[in-house]
Amino acid sequence: MGARTRILARAGRGASMLFLLLWVFLTILPLYWMASSSFRPGGVTVSFKPEWVVANPTLDPYRRFLAQPYSLRWFLNSIVIAGVITGTNLVFASMAGYAFAKLQFPGRNAIFWMLLSTMMIPGEVTLIPLYILIINVMGLGNTYLAMVIPFITTVSNIFLLKQYMSSLPSALMDAGRIDGCSELGVFFRIIVPMSLPGLAVMAIFTFVTFWNIFFWPFLVTTTDDMRTIQVGLALFRYAQATDYGAMMAGSTLAAIPMFLMFFSLQKYFLQGITIGAVKG
Amino acid sequence: MGQMQQPFTVKRIMRDYGACYVFILVPVLMFLLFKLIPVVYGLVTSFQKYKVMGSSWVGLKNYGRALTDPVFWKAMEVTSLFTLGTVPVTIGIALLLSVLIHPLKKGWQTFFKASFYLPTVASGVIITMIWLWIFEPTTAGLFNMFIGLFGLENVNWLGQSRTALPSFIVMTWLSSHGSAVILYMASLGSIPRSLYESAEIDGAGPARSFRSITWPLLKPTTLYLLVIGVINSFQVFIQIYLMTMGGPNFATTTISFLIYQHAFEYYDFGLASAESFLLAIVIVAISIFQFKFLSQDVEY
Repeated sequence: MGARTRILARAGRGASMLFLLLWVFLTILPLYWMASSSFRPGGVTVSFKPEWVVANPTLDPYRRFLAQPYSLRWFLNSIVIAGVITGTNLVFASMAGYAFAKLQFPGRNAIFWMLLSTMMIPGEVTLIPLYILIINVMGLGNTYLAMVIPFITTVSNIFLLKQYMSSLPSALMDAGRIDGCSELGVFFRIIVPMSLPGLAVMAIFTFVTFWNIFFWPFLVTTTDDMRTIQVGLALFRYAQATDYGAMMAGSTLAAIPMFLMFFSLQKYFLQGITIGAVKG
Repeated sequence: MGQMQQPFTVKRIMRDYGACYVFILVPVLMFLLFKLIPVVYGLVTSFQKYKVMGSSWVGLKNYGRALTDPVFWKAMEVTSLFTLGTVPVTIGIALLLSVLIHPLKKGWQTFFKASFYLPTVASGVIITMIWLWIFEPTTAGLFNMFIGLFGLENVNWLGQSRTALPSFIVMTWLSSHGSAVILYMASLGSIPRSLYESAEIDGAGPARSFRSITWPLLKPTTLYLLVIGVINSFQVFIQIYLMTMGGPNFATTTISFLIYQHAFEYYDFGLASAESFLLAIVIVAISIFQFKFLSQDVEY
């Protein structure tokens, strides 16, 4: 009986491994296909047959994508927008996260719950008034500011950093205060250096999110030179509907920075998802 | 009570706690400007006929128009079918994968976690572009090539009402369980080993210990994934915009795509606002329902 259960257990482990590997294959396949077909010659045709290994790799699809008048500008725009939003979140979300985690003041919990509750508001509800406010009232249509301003600090980032900072020891902060540090001094000299891993997680996630964001930049920009890479890619799909090769080249270029970030900073990624989420 | 009670005034609060409020000033201003005011203004707009120069009150007319529009109900149906077809399945897949990964060695765990998470790092636009090509109606499409192996005819996956929505659903199954796997893995890691050991001593098999230990202890994570999953699936846009534009014959017009069209193609902000508040009511109702029914035995 012992031998039989051992064999069964081993067969079970083998089957589960096989299933997992099959699923990896299914999830990675589309990405592999994107990357491999971006090197395919002669892609300007609908009868573009899939080829598992590209026989004659070429950079032509990349040339065709980069020959678009604004394709490099789209990358630059995305870097600017994702970079600025990450920067402002690093400053303001960390300050707020610290205040909610470590400072005592009247209304602290009420204000925190008020901010947190906005995460439950579906995006559609604020979309139209936000558009009217920023485009019609503030007159910011087709500007960088319009793309950035609603995201200067996001509630999920405040929440993530509050969670992280709550676990820091308070003793060091008290020591700082006794040594005559102001509140801002305590924050910048003690809290920030101790929170670097949490801040890194926040920065990575924010950059990826706003590198990948589509809808809002799509709504508030109107000219080709102001598009982000995601919006540019989407519009390219309608402008050059048959050039799959160039579309895949553009997609690969847009995905590579994120993949590189993911592979080099994997530890932070996998941690980060769990810091903010489970303990609601 | 030796100290004299000072009057509770704004001035005193600012003197004692002013510095604290500086730390939260920006988020609070953001809240007022980009959340509270828009929600109120959106509610007002839903009772108006919107014009840049002077809107006029129309009472409940926008809500009436939305609720009597067959396309609105069709969109509600499409959205519900999409949500029912994707959210439970995606969570189920993530749970199955996590339970299978969990007993493996650390190196394999990292490998699988990273592989399953990778598509999540690519943008919705990119994933959709790739899938657009997988669903290509000619033999160049991967799906058609695959069914061609069995001698089946090419299918215009996204171009006919019968297959368009199921195609979206299949695409979602394969591309959006990354973060759910990571979350489940984290929760599985926090379940004490001793629970399983004592269950084994009591003679419980793997199925029994899953039902009595794993599933109940994962419930908070499942609940979180359900609530977030429903909210997200009510907001899908990019796939529809890039693949079908809501067609054919409204087969893939979700409620958020309909709101987009009414607002930004027809500039009917009043109607679109009314529709978004109707959508919000539905989402809130579903969330409350989920909390009520699923959190009964959840301990936080």
